[in-house]
Amino acid sequence: MSTVAMASYPLRDTWTMIWRQLKHMQRYLNLTIQLALIPILFLLLFVYVFGGTLGDGLGGGSGGRDAYVNYVVPGILMMMVTAGNTGTAVSVSMDMTEGIVARFKTMAIARVSVLTGHVVGSLIQAVLGLVLVIGVALLVGFRPNATAVEWLAAFGVLVMISFALTWLCVALGMVAKSLETASNYPQPLIFLPFLGSGFVPTDSMPSWLRVFAEHQPFTPFMETIRGLLLGTGIGSSAILSVAWSAAIALGGYLWAKKLFNRQA
Amino acid sequence: MTNTLYQPAITVTGLRKSFGDNLVLDGINLTVHQGTIFALLGPNGAGKTTMVQILSTLISSDAGDVTVAGHDLACEPDAIRAAIGVTGQFSAVDKILTGEENLRLMAALNHLDREEGRRRVAELLERFDLVEAAKKPVQTYSGGMQRRLDLAMTLVGKPRVIFLDEPTTGLDPRSRRGMWQIIRELVAGGVTVFLTTQYLDEADELAGRIALLDHGRIVAEGTPDELKRLIPGGHISLRFADAGALNTAARVLGTTSRDDEALTLQVPGDSGVTALRELLARLDEWSIEVAELSVHTPDLDDVFLTLTGRTDDTQKETVR
Repeated sequence: MSTVAMASYPLRDTWTMIWRQLKHMQRYLNLTIQLALIPILFLLLFVYVFGGTLGDGLGGGSGGRDAYVNYVVPGILMMMVTAGNTGTAVSVSMDMTEGIVARFKTMAIARVSVLTGHVVGSLIQAVLGLVLVIGVALLVGFRPNATAVEWLAAFGVLVMISFALTWLCVALGMVAKSLETASNYPQPLIFLPFLGSGFVPTDSMPSWLRVFAEHQPFTPFMETIRGLLLGTGIGSSAILSVAWSAAIALGGYLWAKKLFNRQA
Repeated sequence: MTNTLYQPAITVTGLRKSFGDNLVLDGINLTVHQGTIFALLGPNGAGKTTMVQILSTLISSDAGDVTVAGHDLACEPDAIRAAIGVTGQFSAVDKILTGEENLRLMAALNHLDREEGRRRVAELLERFDLVEAAKKPVQTYSGGMQRRLDLAMTLVGKPRVIFLDEPTTGLDPRSRRGMWQIIRELVAGGVTVFLTTQYLDEADELAGRIALLDHGRIVAEGTPDELKRLIPGGHISLRFADAGALNTAARVLGTTSRDDEALTLQVPGDSGVTALRELLARLDEWSIEVAELSVHTPDLDDVFLTLTGRTDDTQKETVR
C-alpha cells in the first residue's frame, strides 16, 4: 500500500525550486540591480576616464574613446556574469544555513533540484543584468555590427559561460562556512577579465603575464563575444570557450552535488 | 496490507553513531508503535538531535538496523522520506516567502495536484491560525507563528510518522500549550509522533512511552508511570496531633521513618488509591486520629535526576 506513491518527479521538483528562486528574486529585486551596478560603474569609468587614452593605444582604426567603448564591452559583460555569480554563492550559502534545506533533504524529492533551482534562478538574473549592461553600453556609444543571429549567438555564449560559472559558485557557496567567505570566494573571478583580453590587448602585457592572460578561460570567452558582436577574428576561441565551459560546469556540478549530499 | 497496521512505526536495533572520537549514540534499541507518541528525553548533548537526524534519513549511522514506517533505512531511504515529516529544532521555513507560499512549496514538493494542493494549503492555514498572516513574509512572524507554520509544512504531505525535535523549545507557555494540543490531535488522527524534548513536563503530558537518553545510551524506558515507579520516593506522609498517636501509628504500621519533633510518619511505597485506602482502614481499625495526610508522588524530575546521575541532595533527604 505504502510503496505505490514512489514515482519521482525530477522535472516537477526542478520547476518548483525555480519558482521558489523567482519568488526570492521578486522580493529582492534591488539585489539584481545592485549586482549590475558595479559592471556599469566600471563601464563608465573605463569609457570616460581611461577610454580616451586607452583607445589610442589599441592601434589601428580611429582610436580614442569611441574605439575603446567597443573594445571594453565584452570585458564588462564578463564582469556582469561574475558579479551575478557572487550573488549565487551568497544565496546558496544563506540557504544552506537555514533549516529549510534540511527539510528538503528529508523529503522524497529529486535532491539536486534544490541546486538546479539556484542555477536557473541565477541565469535568469544574469540575463536581466546583461540586458541592463548592454542597454547602458549602447547609450554610451557601444556600436556593434552584429546581425540578429550573431546577437543571439553572443547571448548563447554568455548564458553558456554563466551556466558554467554558476555551478562553480554554487559549490563555492556551499564550501564557505559563513556568508562573508561565500561572498569572498568568487571575488578572484571578477578580476580575471582584467588579467585577460578584457580591458587591453594581451600583447601589451609583460611576457610572464601574457602567458597567463592568453591561457586563462576568460580570454577566449571575451574574444568569442567580441568576434560575434564586432566582427573581430574568433579563431579557436569559440571551441576553447565551449571546452572551458563544459569543464567548469561539469567540475562545478560534481563538486556541488558532492557537497550537498555530504553529511551534516 | 492489514498486517502493516500492527507493524511498529519505528524499530531501532543496536544503533551507533560517532562524530570523530566523540561517541554520540552507543547502541540504541527501541520500538515505537503506530499511533502513539514516543518521547526521547534527555539533557542537552545527550544525542537526541543526532537520533532524529538518523531516523529522518538526514545522516547515516555507523552501525545498527533501523526501520521507519515499515521500510529499511539502509535500503529504502526514499520510501521513508515519502512517509515521514520532520520539524526540527531550528525552523525549517523559507523566511523570504510568505506563509502561504511556503505551504504551496510543500504541496508542490509532495506532488499534490493543483486542486488538492490548494485545498490542503487553505485547510492548514485555517487549522494553524495563520489565515491572517498568510500573505506576509515569514520574516515578520513571531516565534510561535513560525513554529506553527513549520509544523503545518510538515503536515502538507500527510506523513504517517512525524519527528518533532524539541518542538516547544523557546516558545512562550501559551504557544507551548497550543503546540501540545496540536500534537495530541495528530495522534488522535492515527499518526505516530517521535518527539524529543528536554522538558519533563512535556514528555509526561504527551507521551505514551518515554525513553531517557543520557550520554548516548538509553538509561530507562517505559510509560511515564513505570518510570516514576523506577525510583523510590513515593510515600505517604502522616502528621499526628500528639506523641501518643504517633507511637501507636508507628507500632501499627511497622517499618516507617518517624520524626518525633514534627510528629510525622512517612510510609514509603506505592501511593496509589488502593494502598491509600488500606492504610486509612488500618488507622481506622486502631482509632488513630490523623491530623494531616499528604501524598508524595515522584515526578519525572526525580527519575531524570536520579538516572542521569545528577541527583540533588534534597531529593535524597525526603526519600530516606
